[in-house]
Parts: sequence; structure tokens; C-alpha cells
Amino acid sequence: MATAAAAAAPLADAHHEELSFIRKYIFSTDHKIIGIQFLFASLAFLVLGGVLAILLRWQLGFPGEELPGVGTVAPKFYNSLVTMHGTFMVFFAVMPLLVGVYANYLIPLKIGAPDMAFPRLNMLSFWMFIQSGIVMTASLFVEGGAAGSGWTAYAPLSAVPQYTGASLGQQLWILSIVLFGASSLLGSVNYITTVINMRAPGMTLFRMPLSVWALFITAIIALLAIPIIAAAVIMLFFDLTLGTTFFLPADGGQPLLWQHLFWFFGHPEVYILILPAMGIISDVIANGSRKPVFGYHSMVLAIIAIAFLGWITWGHHMFQSGMNPLLGTSFMISTMAIAVPSAIKVFNWLGTMWRGNIRFHTPMLWAIGFVSLFTVGGLSGIFMASNAVDIFIHDTYFIVAHIHYVLFGGSLMAIFAAVYFWFPKMFGRMMSETWGKIHFVLTFIFYNLTFFPMHILGMAGHMRRIYDPTQYEFLQPYQPMNRFITISAILLFVVQLPFIVNFFWSLFRGKKADINPWQDNGLEWTVPSPPPHGNFAMTPTVYRGPYEFSVPGAEADYMPQSVPPSGSQ
Amino acid sequence: MDWLPGAASSYAADLDRIFYVILAITGLIFVGVQVALVYFIIKYRGRKGRQASYVEGSTKAEVIWTVIPAVIIVGIAVASQTVWSEIKDPNHFPTDALEVNVEARQFAWAFTYPGADGELGTDDDYIRYNQMHVPVNRPVVFNLTSVDVVHSFFVPAFRIKQDAVPGMNLRAWFEATEVGEYELACAELCGVAHGLMKGKIIVLSEDEFQSWAAEQS
Repeated sequence: MATAAAAAAPLADAHHEELSFIRKYIFSTDHKIIGIQFLFASLAFLVLGGVLAILLRWQLGFPGEELPGVGTVAPKFYNSLVTMHGTFMVFFAVMPLLVGVYANYLIPLKIGAPDMAFPRLNMLSFWMFIQSGIVMTASLFVEGGAAGSGWTAYAPLSAVPQYTGASLGQQLWILSIVLFGASSLLGSVNYITTVINMRAPGMTLFRMPLSVWALFITAIIALLAIPIIAAAVIMLFFDLTLGTTFFLPADGGQPLLWQHLFWFFGHPEVYILILPAMGIISDVIANGSRKPVFGYHSMVLAIIAIAFLGWITWGHHMFQSGMNPLLGTSFMISTMAIAVPSAIKVFNWLGTMWRGNIRFHTPMLWAIGFVSLFTVGGLSGIFMASNAVDIFIHDTYFIVAHIHYVLFGGSLMAIFAAVYFWFPKMFGRMMSETWGKIHFVLTFIFYNLTFFPMHILGMAGHMRRIYDPTQYEFLQPYQPMNRFITISAILLFVVQLPFIVNFFWSLFRGKKADINPWQDNGLEWTVPSPPPHGNFAMTPTVYRGPYEFSVPGAEADYMPQSVPPSGSQ
Repeated sequence: MDWLPGAASSYAADLDRIFYVILAITGLIFVGVQVALVYFIIKYRGRKGRQASYVEGSTKAEVIWTVIPAVIIVGIAVASQTVWSEIKDPNHFPTDALEVNVEARQFAWAFTYPGADGELGTDDDYIRYNQMHVPVNRPVVFNLTSVDVVHSFFVPAFRIKQDAVPGMNLRAWFEATEVGEYELACAELCGVAHGLMKGKIIVLSEDEFQSWAAEQS
């Protein structure tokens, strides 16, 4: 008896002790639970961001008319809508959906680690994110309204309460961004450390899936970029509340300093929002095509090149800002240079599908949608990279079309691909493929009907962020198009319903998922769905890269990374 | 169909040309990528008994699709730079231009004209609000500033956009080539009535402009 108890003790130790509900699901340090917490929270913010978008689109399509059940949109509220839609979508939807959810969930599982390097820091990161989200949401309801200076918060508009009429709203916006930044920094430190230190034996850097590469590089960008925005918004807070004049010209401050600081953060931020999407897409396209990623090494180099170039292109947001025109030339050149690695990525995705044996599962459809729509966003970027053409299209709907093709057509398509792809691993059940495909087709159609016409509005000179386009004679002929866009946007919002229903229905009623439903090679597909706390019963050994599909002579058309080569028993 | 609004300034055609060149190039690439995507979807759709080819990449192909985009963007950049410096580089601004001060504020435009002596900053200067009268076929150089927040001077028909920044005096120019009225808009979010911060550029023949100017002082 005594020996049996002694023998059992280390085993019980190795297996994690039974945790209370609160420790297991609320204040959890398990990277998988934290990833799932981020998923629920940021999907909720995605819905909120969508509601704000519908409200502001209503005003643009039907200026001054009453939205049934809501009322009319006042000009001041309209500016808050513009500001908060951008803020929620960038900071509380797309960024946490990519980084908070998938860096957390995937990195340890994909590199063969039991958890993050710093699990408690990870938990803190999530709860600071929740705090920042609560503060930002609360700012919608305070006296004076939410911040109304745009998600870019250009000073002096944002620095003097009288200029927008929002005082507390702008302060809470800043506070929330600071909290968000702290959360993001904690996450980044964790992801970087985990990737560097905790890879399983055999998982060399160049055997890492591109999703992990992209999330790793993204974490480095975030680690370097977040302190800049934090410093900038704290300076802005001092201007707002303490009477400093960092950005106010009256006492020697510089409005352009804000723009430089904001975009020095803001442009790398754009790549935080797209690089993980590119990584995820690469994984899904290889799986769907049953082929290795075309040019794996150049895909890695392209990620690094984009990340590096992202630091020297911020001035293209400021071509018309009044900075020296010579800078307009240098920023055009660095910006144009990004077209090269971006083109490599698109062509290599096509190369991956070429001569494949493509399975059109739901995640693959979203990945194909990504390639199609990201191409549009990439190409429209060339227009504004041209400093000359930018003189005309800067601050028009052409820019609005561009960012939505990159962040919705790009990032959000990749997010949906990821949700459908890893749902079985996360929850142990499959989502409905039929409804997933219906969701994709309807989203793809209404997405394009909403955002493609915005290019045409932009070419007509339609300014962004204006309250009522019909005030301008030259825009009056385009009002039917504005109305069309608004109706399409409402429908785009409505067709997300199948996703929400599918998600929650599958959570409880979905078909039980196998260990490896997509027949993929990643290490996460070698553990049960959902994986237990600690992930791997035994640390896996990695024998090959992640994309060994359709290897000639092999029995199956996939070859998991941790299966030993045959003949080397 | 013209995608861009009717052009009415001396450099509008130059800017439009680059726009349409980029539209043609990107349009071709767009069609090429989408056609390839659809073709691959149909041709390489999964079927039983077929296997994907094990291809890890092709250095040759990758060099081709690295070099070609690089060459294209260098071409676009060179062409853009010429027009950029024509419009924005103060060293290339036309001389013997009419000089006007433009002051933006929430939510109006103020135009200060030099008066009979042709000099700004003297007693006979006069100010007009939200309407800028200019002569046709004569360059207008304006000194742009703002008293409160960042605004942006945007005349779609002239293809000119320049931010007005408080604390900075920025110079910009245009030369209207057709008599008529053109809308001026603020293009940078500037507060509650940003969408109503509009003005008119009224382009007059030289004679009409002279008589208008004589009436003002």
C-alpha cells in the first residue's frame, strides 16, 4: 500500500491537480483557455464594431433620416461613431482575434510546448485587455459623448476638449489605449520567449509553420511599436488635462509631432493586423491544396522584409500633412518597396494551389477569399503609395476602400478561416460545413457590394468622415451609390447570423471532432480535441517541416511533423 | 466614362495620367491573379485517385515575380516623383503668381487678398470668407494656415489637397484653367461640422477678376 501510494504521488504531480471552475475557466493560466477567452471577448467587440458601422453607414446612405427604432444620427454622435468603429475594429476585434486568440492558442501547441513561457503574465494580459475594453465601451456612455477625433486622434483636435465637445470620452479613450498597450506588451514578451525557448526537439526555426513565424515576427513588431503609442497618448493626456502643450502650437508644441508618433506606431500596427493573417492563410492553403507551401523560405523572408519595411513607411500617411516634400519622395520609395514582398506572397499562394488536389473545406474557401480580396487591397495601395496620385485620393473613400480590403477582405477573412479550421481542436466538435460555406458565399458577395463601390466614390473625390455627402453638389450624383453601399452593409451584417448560430450550435451539438479532422501535419493535430492541460502527454520530437503533403511514395497525402521517418524505428 | 471628376487646373492632367497608368497596370495584375485563382480552383479541384504534385517551389519563378513587380514600381515611382515635385515642391512654384493668404478655422475659410498695392500684409488687404475668387490661367500661390485644428484644403476639380496646420505656414499653388465655380472641401476630420466646412472657388476671366478686385477695396 505504502509503495503504491508513493508511486502514485509523482504521477498525480505530473498530472495537474483538479482546478476549481474559476481557476479553470475564468482566471486560467492555460494558454488554450486564455485563447478561447480572447475569442469570445473579441468576437463580442467585433459585433459592437459592426453595429457602430451600420449606424454611421445609415447616416451616409440616408442623411438625416430616422433609423427605425434608433432615431437620427446627430453630427457629434456621427464623429464618435467614426472614431469608435475604427478603434474597436483595430484594437479590440482584429488585433486580439489574430494575436490574442491565435498566438495564444497556436504557438505552444504548434511548437510542442506544454504552455506559454509565462502563464501568469498571460492571464494578466487577458484581464488587462478586458479592462481596457470595459473602459473603451464605457466611454460610449459618458457625458459629452465618446471621443470624436477619429481613431487616429489627430492633435490638436484631440488635445482640446472644446474642439470636439468630448472631454471625458477622449480621456477614457487614452486610458483604454494605455491599458490595451500594456496587455499587448505582456502578450508579446510571452510569445517571443515561448517561440525562442520552448520549441520541442527537432522544431528548428525553419521547421516552424508560417503561422508561428508570422505571429513571432508580429510579436516583435508589437513589442517595439506599442511603447510609442503609449508614450504618445500619455503626452496627449497631459495636453488634455494638465495644461502641457506637446501638440499645441500656441506654446511651441507641434501638431505634426502627434502624426509622426502616431504613424510611427500606426504603420507597423497595420502589419500587426495583416502578417498573422498571412501566416494562417499559408497553413490553410497548403492543407487545402495538399501541397507544400510554394517557396517556404521566401515566404519567411517576405514576412521579415514586410516587418522591417513597415518601420520606414509611416510618412506615406502624411504626404499632405505639410512635412517637407522631399520626405514625400523618400517615403514613396520605401512604401513602393513593400509591393515586392507582398507580391511574392500572393504569387506563392497561387503557386501553392498550382498542381494541387484542392479540398474546398470551409477554411480553404475563406483562404481563397483572402487571396482574392487581399490582392485588391494590395493593388489599391499602389495608388496611394504614389505621392502624386495621393494628393487627390488622400482622405477620400479610396482610402476607406483600401483599408477595408486589407483589414476585412484580408485579416477578417483569415480570421474566419482560422475559426473554422481550429474550432474542432478548441472545442472538440466540428462546425457545420454547409452553413460555413453559406456564410462564406454570402459574406463574399455582400462584402464586395459594400466595399468595391467605395473605390468609385473615392475616385469621384468623396471625402471620408463627412457627415452628409449631399451637402456637396459634386457628390449628389453619387448618393444612390451611397445608399446602395449602406443597404449592402446592412445585409453584410445580417449574413453573419449563420456564423453566430453555427458557432454556438456546434459548440454544444456539433459532430464530435477527431484528433486530426483536416488531415494536417501540425503538432496540434497529434493531441486530443480539445487538448488536455499541458498539451502533450510526452514532449514530441519533430522530424520534418510542417507542409509535407503528397510526398511521393508515402501512404497518405500528409505526414505529421512528429511521426518518425519510416525505417528509423 | 471618366472616373475622376472634371479637371480644371494646369497640373490635373499630369496627375490623372499617372492615376490611369496605375489603374491599367494594377487592373491587368488584378485580372491576371483572379483568372489564375479561378483557373486553379477548377483545374486542380480535388478528385479521388489524383494526387497533388510535390513541388516545394521554384527559384526561377520566384526571381521572375520578384523582379517584375520591382521594375514596375520603380517606373511608377519615377513618374510620380515628377508630378509630385511639380505640385508640391516650393522650389518649382510658378513666379508672378497671385498671392493669397488662406486661414482655416472651425468651420470656415478666410481668404486675404493683397489689395491694390499687390502686397500682402499692408493696410489695403481685404478678407473674404468661404469664397475664393481667382483669375483663370494665372497661377495662385497661397499661404495656408489654421487657427485651431488640422484642416485640409481640397479642391477635387483642381487635384489639390494640402493640410492646414496650426502654427505652420504652408505654401501651395494651383492654376485654374477654366472659368466657373468649383467646390472647396475640408478633407481632414476637424470637429462637429467638418462635413459642412465647404467653400467655393470662383474662377473668373482676367478682366472680370480685375473688376471684382477693384470693387473689393
